[in-house]
Amino acid sequence: MDLLKLGALELGQKIKDKEISVHDATSAMLDKIQADGDIYNAYISVFKDEALKSADEIQAKIDSGELTSPLAGVPMAIKDNICTKDMLTTCGSKMLYNFKPPYNAGVVEKLNKAGAVILGKLNMDEFAMGSTSETSYYGVTKNPWNTNHVPGGSSGGAAVAVAANEAYYTLGSDTGGSIRQPCSYCGVTGMKPTYGSVSRYGLVAYASSLDQIGPVGNSAKDIAAVLDIITGKDKRDSTSVECDCGNALASLTGDIQGLRIGIPTDYFGSGLDNEVKEKVMAAAKTFESLGAVIEEFPMPIVEYCVPAYYIIACAEAGSNLSRYDGIKYGYRAENYDDLYDLYLKSRSEGFGMEVKRRIMLGNFVLSSGYYDAYYTKALRVKALIKKAFDDAFQKYDVILGPVAPTTAPRIGESLCEPLKMYLSDIYTVSVNLAGLPGLTAPCGFDSNNMPIGFQLIGKPFGENTLLNAAHAYQLSTDFHTKKPEGGKNA
Amino acid sequence: MKIDNQLIDYVAALSRLEVADSEREGLIKDLGSIIGYMDKLNTLNTDDIEPMSHAFPVRNVFREDKVIPSVDRELILQNAPAKKDGSFKVPKTVE
Repeated sequence: MDLLKLGALELGQKIKDKEISVHDATSAMLDKIQADGDIYNAYISVFKDEALKSADEIQAKIDSGELTSPLAGVPMAIKDNICTKDMLTTCGSKMLYNFKPPYNAGVVEKLNKAGAVILGKLNMDEFAMGSTSETSYYGVTKNPWNTNHVPGGSSGGAAVAVAANEAYYTLGSDTGGSIRQPCSYCGVTGMKPTYGSVSRYGLVAYASSLDQIGPVGNSAKDIAAVLDIITGKDKRDSTSVECDCGNALASLTGDIQGLRIGIPTDYFGSGLDNEVKEKVMAAAKTFESLGAVIEEFPMPIVEYCVPAYYIIACAEAGSNLSRYDGIKYGYRAENYDDLYDLYLKSRSEGFGMEVKRRIMLGNFVLSSGYYDAYYTKALRVKALIKKAFDDAFQKYDVILGPVAPTTAPRIGESLCEPLKMYLSDIYTVSVNLAGLPGLTAPCGFDSNNMPIGFQLIGKPFGENTLLNAAHAYQLSTDFHTKKPEGGKNA
Repeated sequence: MKIDNQLIDYVAALSRLEVADSEREGLIKDLGSIIGYMDKLNTLNTDDIEPMSHAFPVRNVFREDKVIPSVDRELILQNAPAKKDGSFKVPKTVE
């Protein structure tokens, strides 16, 4: 048996059945991470000693019956913008090169309680700003299906670690597609939950009204189990909500007879690559064969989603990132004249170009004279986007579409033209603006053998419906079981 | 919307960022194309639409006003680049 190739739930069961020890599973993953070296650069930090130590503690608690979660003892990893107590949390930035949070994020507390073995922290675009995982101060993350290509972003490390068998599941964050798009590019399953489902306490803020933590794994079933661990109200995040959650895994029946699936024709326009279109439409056919009712409908608002998103996201980023001042924590410039100069130099030296660009854009759209024309206008458009989804969900249970217009671009292609990179977020950003849950699962490959995923969008707190649809799809297809052959460089 | 040197300097100052000479031309071009694209929203009529800041209806979240211990001072200071006598240390700002 190849330990590395097990799904998270499969491993959890084998640990319960005493077929595999937590220590052996943890060692196997640590060895794989070490053997891969920096081929993919999925990790910023690996906590080898701590992981092995906690593996033994968790084993004892499983043996004594104290830990009963289906994922107890399963090794996993966390995006590096989620705070881990006394463990480096860099956000992919020089600004936080030495930052060791004095507390755990809400989701980390929950993972600890469920008996997760935390292997380390995952690479990402700096402060989660990017669609390629190329802007990290700690180097470019690479796509395990072809290392000349990007893995997508910003949760590139979270998708790569699962695709390359360097973790059984991971946590990422999604502000405008940052979980769903890398999952599509890397051929794994991931979800951005409804805004408020998962506590953001301890998630380093990018755009607070859009950010949400979510799971990445090898199947819909695996991420349902992760979701059951991390969802729920946290009094330290006042936007988190009391929800009827924690039963995602138990709700998976694989039966989608009569499920009404809407396909927005405006998601399949001229900007969409033909091969991506074919595979997503083929997935629609599969859903139909499983008993779903498919119908196309217009959604013309889609062309306004990217500009509205970047105005709102950058405005919030400009405000949120004002906290990095070189005084309380993080990077401080060595030479400065006075307090103002300390701010200026620390921030200019500590932030990378993409982060600076978004801070400046944000401060522009919020500045006196432009606020109404840009920021208020974008909030009005957001209301229209929300209404378009509300109308669609009168008729459909879920919406099916592509995740990104193309498969993973080559490294270096995207950063030279930021606007073009922003435009590639067209199918994902509206979900964040409307606060909805979105799920990505693999549905095929293009002619260069790069993965393609579909996206399912659900009603607020309709996570279980999305997971069940993806689970039904995965029971009758095998795209989610495909893994790259290591280190290929085509 | 025309992006020029003056606007770049203004926004950089608001952002407490320095723009190196080598970055200036690229920033004018990139911000110009991005903001130009944002102007697309003007083609959408939003006259009767209220701005929406939160996607779901929100109510005020109340909690009991209870005294609980705050984070330990040493923990808060553990990541400070410079500290002195239990405080953050900054350059002299008041003459």
